[in-house]
Amino acid sequence: MAINWFKYSAPSTFYWLAGKLAPWFAWPSAVLFAVGLYIGFFVAPTDAQQSEAYRIIFLHVPASIMSMFIYLVMACYAAVGLIFNTRLSSMMASALAPTGALFAFISLWTGALWGKPMWGTWWVWDARLTSELILLFLYFGFIALHASIDDPRRADRASALLAIIGSVNVPIIYFSVKWWNTLHQGSTVKFTGTSMHAAMQQAMFTVLVACWFYAIAVALARVRSIILERERNTQWVAELPEARS
Amino acid sequence: MNPKPDNKNRLSLFGLLGLVISRDLMLAMRRRADVLTTLIFFVMVVSLFPLGVGPEVDMLRKMAPGVVWVAALLSSMLSLNRMFSADYIDGTLEQMLLAPQSMSVLVLGKILAHWMLSGLPLMLMAPVLGLQFDMSGQALWVLVVSLLLGTPILSMVGAVGAALTLGLRGGGVLVSLLVLPLCIPVLIFGTGAVEAVTSGMEIASHLSLLGALLVLAFAFTPWVTAMALRISME
Repeated sequence: MAINWFKYSAPSTFYWLAGKLAPWFAWPSAVLFAVGLYIGFFVAPTDAQQSEAYRIIFLHVPASIMSMFIYLVMACYAAVGLIFNTRLSSMMASALAPTGALFAFISLWTGALWGKPMWGTWWVWDARLTSELILLFLYFGFIALHASIDDPRRADRASALLAIIGSVNVPIIYFSVKWWNTLHQGSTVKFTGTSMHAAMQQAMFTVLVACWFYAIAVALARVRSIILERERNTQWVAELPEARS
Repeated sequence: MNPKPDNKNRLSLFGLLGLVISRDLMLAMRRRADVLTTLIFFVMVVSLFPLGVGPEVDMLRKMAPGVVWVAALLSSMLSLNRMFSADYIDGTLEQMLLAPQSMSVLVLGKILAHWMLSGLPLMLMAPVLGLQFDMSGQALWVLVVSLLLGTPILSMVGAVGAALTLGLRGGGVLVSLLVLPLCIPVLIFGTGAVEAVTSGMEIASHLSLLGALLVLAFAFTPWVTAMALRISME
């Protein structure tokens, strides 16, 4: 049976699909958040060195991972939109940007709250903190450029180019800042021989998946609004039950 | 009548590059105030720092490379809008896009002209400002070399931002928002080289990395800028 993969690359059909899919990501996300945070706060043992304050890791690390991952996904969507001239990819890219910026902000915020009891300061000019801050600036640049161009197609293409340049630059920025100064503790999550307790790992990965599902659900909901806004003069939008009322 | 291609009227790439550069330089010389304003801004920002943080020589000497570099970064942002906007308004840029020659080379010419008008004067002015901060002779040399390697990168990366924000409302602030985060590695290695020489360490690594960034920017940014101009002009 041949499946028409391109059917849902049209905004009019994807609008319907996104509406159907969004709850399927939103509810599991809520459940996983509850489970992950429960394990994190009540099941996971107290850390030997950092006592209770370490528990912020269960939000901090997933948020940091998601902020970087979403930038990459956004740049990929933007590149596809630029190369194949597909409208929906560009809409997905601009739907992901605010969520990515939010995760970058949460990561910085929880990092500051964690840094105060551990290092004694809210902020240090360390490689990871600084590159996370620059990542937030890159998100702001993307959103600001998109917002200041009136023609949506030109906005899509210009910000796509910016996202691609940004994703090329992120490793350069990361290593330049890393050689400049490093204080942040080494990676806690290693793929071989991790130093973490099993319950801590479970909590962290559960919250990570919850964040991932949340990002998908929110991006789908946001892309529906973007589709409606861009296609407001078309026939199919006028025929939607929610548009008629 | 004429089966052979007319080579006399064909421009070589270097000829084209020279033409674009000399045109932009001539235009700038007709309006010298624009170039001088950027330079005066640079001098002024650098001179504000001692007034802001106090006149202790030890501290000033320590922060001199950072201050000079950040001021250079800001003043090169200031002049970015000029790179394409005049040509965009009078339609020259459209003719350039239609020209049979490579747009990347045209853009490279404009970038080099921009550097000669913004980066080069800053570089020549920097030692004088460094003296105000009581920098040693050796450190001044390294500062000039790091600016020589770094300011072209600022012009090149800035060109992409200027092309993306062509003709937009509030383009001046927006271009800084887009370009400044991308320029951070240049700032780090540029100031790192000067700090390394004052603390008696090896400077070759910083300057090599700056050189590598310059080569990378030289290879890609003219092409990306040309692409950005096409997006902005369609």
